[in-house]
Amino acid sequence: MTARRSDNTPDSSALGYNYRRHLSERFIEAVLFLTAFVSVAITLAIVVMLVTESLSFFKHVSLWEFLTDTQWTPLFDNAHYGILPLVSGTVVSSAVALLVAIPMGTITAIYLSEFAPFTVREMAKPFLELLGGVPTVVYGYFALLFVTPLLQKIFPELPGFSLLSAGLVMGIMIIPYVSSMAEDAMRAVPMHLREGSYAMGATRFQTAVRVVMPGAFSGIAAAYILGISRAVGETMVVAIAAGMQPNLTWNPMEPAATITAYIVQVSLGDLPHGSIGYQTIFAAGLTLLLITLVFNIIGHLLRKRFREVY
Amino acid sequence: MVKDFSSEHPVGNVSSSQYKSEVRNLSFYYGSFSALKNINMMLHEKKVTALIGPSGCGKSTFLRCFNRMHDLYPGNRYMGDIILHPDNVNILSRSVDPIEVRMRISMVFQKPNPFPKSIYENVAYGLRVRGVRRRAILDEKVEDALRGAALWDEVKDRLHQLAYNLSGGQQQRLCIARALATNPEILLFDEPTSALDPIATASIEELIADLKDKVTILIVTHNMQQAARVSDYTAYMYLGEVIEFGVTDTIFIKPKNKQTEDYITGRFG
Repeated sequence: MTARRSDNTPDSSALGYNYRRHLSERFIEAVLFLTAFVSVAITLAIVVMLVTESLSFFKHVSLWEFLTDTQWTPLFDNAHYGILPLVSGTVVSSAVALLVAIPMGTITAIYLSEFAPFTVREMAKPFLELLGGVPTVVYGYFALLFVTPLLQKIFPELPGFSLLSAGLVMGIMIIPYVSSMAEDAMRAVPMHLREGSYAMGATRFQTAVRVVMPGAFSGIAAAYILGISRAVGETMVVAIAAGMQPNLTWNPMEPAATITAYIVQVSLGDLPHGSIGYQTIFAAGLTLLLITLVFNIIGHLLRKRFREVY
Repeated sequence: MVKDFSSEHPVGNVSSSQYKSEVRNLSFYYGSFSALKNINMMLHEKKVTALIGPSGCGKSTFLRCFNRMHDLYPGNRYMGDIILHPDNVNILSRSVDPIEVRMRISMVFQKPNPFPKSIYENVAYGLRVRGVRRRAILDEKVEDALRGAALWDEVKDRLHQLAYNLSGGQQQRLCIARALATNPEILLFDEPTSALDPIATASIEELIADLKDKVTILIVTHNMQQAARVSDYTAYMYLGEVIEFGVTDTIFIKPKNKQTEDYITGRFG
């Protein structure tokens, strides 16, 4: 009865309810919008800051010099502003890390998704996640105080700081990111595809490699891209274990600085704001942002190109 | 209530046909749930045998015993024998490798499940799994299988495109080609047309009729008209048991069992 009355003759209480409902709906919409807006706004603000500070840097240093000079000595009297030594350090340490993380992460994912019995998987996953939860500074000292001496037994000429040692440990650090994303992608491959493969007489390994991995390709590619971004952006491990001298080299057995290691080194120092040395960290930061942006775009394109349609 | 249909000799020209496979006292358990109860029947060589019955009666479970699909999941248990002729091997025996069974007995699933590969690679899959690498052999077998599945003319110009670009009916024929490429002795169909439109269904049924000259076929269907159209023998199953098994015409025109008659005439199920 009451329901019918409020439908036909809207009395004051029904109106009040409608009004309140309308208000709370508007309020929720606003909160949702603001939350989404904040993250976009902060990203934009970071980009604007990096670009404006870099612009004043590029008033003093030409883009040509920045890209081609083979030395990076912004804090010396005879200052050189060539980003190449930092880029080479970043590329070499990331390459070493990925040589560890991509094969190990992929194999771990294949094992966990296709071979491991339920109980093993449920026990192994928390340990992997723990590996991802170890603070990076701990990994840094692990590299410097454990891995480097170990490597020096194999390569006696290895210096105390090296890209090899930092890269290896960074690779171990990234394994859980790669493996857990790749495993999720592989587990999302529907069972009927696996059954189809088994029904053709395929073994588990053939099924995993020939059907499940192609089926999960975009997710696995995304896992690799995430691993690359992590390796390129990693700071503490390289700052501690790779040394902080900018060094244009492609040899992982040498010490070198990466972009991130340079930024942390300079921003912790006592450079006056607005000085050219201070502005270099923004130019370096912008370079780093562009590198990761390129990988994110590649990842996005791969996902679009190889989207799973089951 | 043990029914033994193996002594039954169907009338007419089919009596001369040989058995490709004999099922003896087959029971199957999902954990402690008894899904199949003491099944005895046989598959006639190069004939189509249909399994019909209401949902949950165990048709698919029975079908999937033939290629040991249940081995993929823990807790499943077979009892009894499925003897494969001519070499009299019991494919349910623990000493028989399920992969070897699947090399001889292919399967087509309910939902078309092409692999995320090109049309060519889908058909070549079983051969590659068996270690065939020679391009000339692969090319020849792929073409033969696609012709056998009545798909060659539609796809011969785009063999290297992704299989997902095909329509649902074409994908199912691709899956049939994939199953045919390895020259199986028995071809299992698990409701192969239930995800397809009537036109695609008709083309698959036509294909099954053509294929029985080459291969023994066992097909699960929930569609009784389909069973009547495509099969030579029919087994009616209910609650994990084969209630009646015989020549399709007999089952549909004058079934001996009251339960079968009720199901076929639509009074039940």
